[in-house]
Amino acid sequence: MRPASDLTWTDVTPEHLFLNRRSFIAGAAALVAGSAGAAGFSTDEAPNSFDEITNYNNFYEFGFGKTDPARFAKGLTTDPWSVEIDGLVDRPGSYSVADLAPDNAVEERIYRLRCVEAWSMVIPWLGVPLASVLEKVGVQPGAKFVEFETLLRPEEMPAQRRRSMQWPYREGLRLDEAMHPLTILATGLYGQALPNQNGAPIRLVVPWKYGFKSIKSIVRITLTDTQPVSTWQAMQPGEYGFYANVNPRVDHPRWSQATERRIGAGLLGGRQDTLMFNGYGEQVASLYAGMDLARDY
Amino acid sequence: MQLRRLPTGVVWALGALPLAVLVWDVFAGGLGVDPVRDIEHRLGRTAVYFLVASLCVTPLLRLARINLMKFRRPLGLLSASYAALHLLAWAVLDMGLRWEQALKDIARRPYLTIGMAALVILLILAATSSNAAIRRLGARRWGAIHRLVYLAAPLALFHWLLAHKIWPGKPLLILGAVAILLGLRLAWARARRFASNT
Ligand code: HEM
Repeated sequence: MRPASDLTWTDVTPEHLFLNRRSFIAGAAALVAGSAGAAGFSTDEAPNSFDEITNYNNFYEFGFGKTDPARFAKGLTTDPWSVEIDGLVDRPGSYSVADLAPDNAVEERIYRLRCVEAWSMVIPWLGVPLASVLEKVGVQPGAKFVEFETLLRPEEMPAQRRRSMQWPYREGLRLDEAMHPLTILATGLYGQALPNQNGAPIRLVVPWKYGFKSIKSIVRITLTDTQPVSTWQAMQPGEYGFYANVNPRVDHPRWSQATERRIGAGLLGGRQDTLMFNGYGEQVASLYAGMDLARDY
Repeated sequence: MQLRRLPTGVVWALGALPLAVLVWDVFAGGLGVDPVRDIEHRLGRTAVYFLVASLCVTPLLRLARINLMKFRRPLGLLSASYAALHLLAWAVLDMGLRWEQALKDIARRPYLTIGMAALVILLILAATSSNAAIRRLGARRWGAIHRLVYLAAPLALFHWLLAHKIWPGKPLLILGAVAILLGLRLAWARARRFASNT
């Protein structure tokens, strides 16, 4: 039923490989390394097709429809790009994507992605652990949280010209969540540079949290001692919490979170049970020991 | 206006068109990455369009002297049919026949409870739409029951609005149109009462 899902990143068209040779080589290196080292991080579930991953996106800066990002993100300038890293760090400053995720450090991570709207995908990301970036800039002892900010550029992000949300989009993690080895800054998928609609040139991926936590097209990373307020949390605090861990037992007022629909499963694919922490409980449950996750949703 | 010379079959044929296009798209692969959602949403939207169209019939007659009265019943029945297909798509394709979760969701999620209320009204109206039903109920009672459509339309639109994370533009516009269409009825009803009081 899903021939496309049998694709691996090596099936990407030659033009793409040619255009993105550098990240392709990095991806190849990562796969070799991955089969030995990072295997514990990647799922062996079949990834969604490149077509599915790049034509079904929530990236509200480009419109609220699932196909708007693919349509309207083409004009986004992602080169040059710099990420401001500030707050409680030893080496604040403006970093390029290559500074943060050099080709030789990029590895492949095949992660499940669970959207708060109760659908899911499997995506072969390329990226670096966020911890490696934070170590590079030197986290100061007082830092407890990491705040992220998306690009604000209404000329290239059409929905930012409307006031439907508070721009720029913001997200945050607790420092231990940010340092967790599963948390990555992604710069590519399927062996090539990240398509614009997926958050080019650099985005966060936190696979045990609902997709909206994985902020796209990042321009600022701030280390702070106070808990950040994320964009959705500020807009609808009753619906979106700071943690937003995937949790089948805590429903969103509008969606049951007990089950999910896997994109690409076909017309009669039905639903599957949603797993606690999106199936990453073994790795991350200890971060939340003693917390009431129904209250801290 | 010669429109009313058209047989009602024309409306049925036109009304089946969105379904035909949908079926075509399912098989021709025109639905994109998540066909389940597309099918469900398109059926829901089509139900709303026919519902709003049925509410336009009387104002068109009174304000523009365009008589489409005989098409009102098929328009309403089309709306009810698309709404029923929308529910079917949800239960079978979206919920994957997980009845327990489906029933709980209808009870717990306000937008689904509201959608269910709208659907129940549409189905009651459909079930009592025949000439025989009008005779059986008597014109007065039948009219009272069928005024429930004034409730069904805003319910369907609130359902649409609440299904989204952000206020979407299109249903807000349609809700505005429905407010005007219902406002006209109110104004006429008051004028009638005023006329009969004097
Ligand atoms: C038991 C009854 C109903 C159920 C269970 C139901 C279920 C749903 C669901 C699950 C969605 C999608 C929400 C999402 O994507 O997050 C939806 C959307 C929608 N429904 Fe219903 N619905 C019901 C009744 C109705 C009725 C009676 C109408 C119209 C007369 C209607 C019109 C719509 C429309 C227009 C949308 C939005 C489509 C879009 O966003 O393009 N629904 N409904």
